[in-house]
Amino acid sequence: MHSEPTNTYKNYLVDYALHLADSSLIMGHRLSEWTGHGPMLEQDIAITNIALDLIGQARNFYQYASEIINSGNTEKKVTEDDLAYLRDSFEYKNLLITELPNDDWARTIGKIFFFSVMQFYVYQKLIHSSDQQFSAIAEKSSKEVTYHVKWSSDWMVRLGDGTEESRKRMETAINYLWPYIGEMFIPSEFELNDKNKVTINPADIKGDWLNKVNSVLAEATLSLPADTWMHSGGKNGIHTEHLGYILAEMQFMQRAYPGLEW
Amino acid sequence: MQKCSSCKELIPDWNGKYEIEPILNMNHPFQNIIPKSSIKETEARVWKILNKVTDPEIPVLSVIDLGIVRDVKIENEIIEVIITPTYSGCPAMDFIGMNIREKLMENNFDKIRITHRLSPAWTTDWMTDEGKEKLKSYGIAPPASKTFDNDYLKNLPVQCPHCTSMNTKLISQFGSTSCKALYQCEDCGEPFDYFKCH
Repeated sequence: MHSEPTNTYKNYLVDYALHLADSSLIMGHRLSEWTGHGPMLEQDIAITNIALDLIGQARNFYQYASEIINSGNTEKKVTEDDLAYLRDSFEYKNLLITELPNDDWARTIGKIFFFSVMQFYVYQKLIHSSDQQFSAIAEKSSKEVTYHVKWSSDWMVRLGDGTEESRKRMETAINYLWPYIGEMFIPSEFELNDKNKVTINPADIKGDWLNKVNSVLAEATLSLPADTWMHSGGKNGIHTEHLGYILAEMQFMQRAYPGLEW
Repeated sequence: MQKCSSCKELIPDWNGKYEIEPILNMNHPFQNIIPKSSIKETEARVWKILNKVTDPEIPVLSVIDLGIVRDVKIENEIIEVIITPTYSGCPAMDFIGMNIREKLMENNFDKIRITHRLSPAWTTDWMTDEGKEKLKSYGIAPPASKTFDNDYLKNLPVQCPHCTSMNTKLISQFGSTSCKALYQCEDCGEPFDYFKCH
């Protein structure tokens, strides 16, 4: 048996890995809903490629989480699939913005843009984590996210500085998404485990996030809404009603036919 | 025919059936007495074999051309091939691992371990010049820059692999796979894939 402090430390590590994994997975899963429905073939392919990157990142974090859970544990071994398919919504630690419905193209683009800029700065800092695996996954992922930021920035400009209709939709999307931004920068307990320089404190990236977002929005002739009341809870398992529906669909096969393989 | 020096069983000679002469047949304990110096030779053979393993999406490129093989290690008769994934979610990685294993088995290696290594992260800078040439003749524009140039994310001029014109435009940042973008040539009118800097 591990001593109490070690266990707590281990739990923080697992929670942190799960938080990063869950956000990527739910974002990726949501985006995959566009498969075959994109406004044009090239963008359909782009968005599914982004979804694929995100699900790949999630797998890396789930694999690491299961490795930590299984270390020193001789009982039943947990797999990445168990973590994705057999946890209920209150155990999910994803950011709320990732579970919001895609709605139209403008809201989808807004979600990818806000989320990717956040991921970009999180990974940039996480590369310096004292935990080798977090650092390695962050290094790998940040290259992919760079393209997500670039692609979604182009679309923000195209829609914001586009037609009257596209601009209206982009503004509606930004106003809808804005109250879900706050929790990105509020550290959860497991993110404050930074005395060992393993995790990063998301409050530290808020300035960078605002700078980048504001510069792209300026080019798109748009701006962020005024500060308002913000939703929170995703990191601690308190979710919108939408997550339950996502999990019901995503987990159906493993729940109905445990252990099923392709 | 030669005799296994340990179990004394007869081992068939290499009959030209394999692309590369097998020197390791793990079924025979005579392997245990391979002098240390031949580990280097075996490694060289493994690298040669890997040069024949191609990417499932871009069959003109070998895994060596792509720069995803980081190392080959031989320890306790086990051939370990260390590969680096191109993209986190790249579905080709599992196939590539399988293909490597298959090719090595065809060449009479049977204790094989494929290890995935994330860091340092794969970059198109590791793609060989030969690989870039092969890409071009296959109709895919190779990466236009090195990633350490920093401005690799700017839309650099990309040369049309069909008519060599530099007058091309970006259609989509993401092409048929994560690693490619879609371009079109303004001169010959042909659309083409561009292997992006990564």
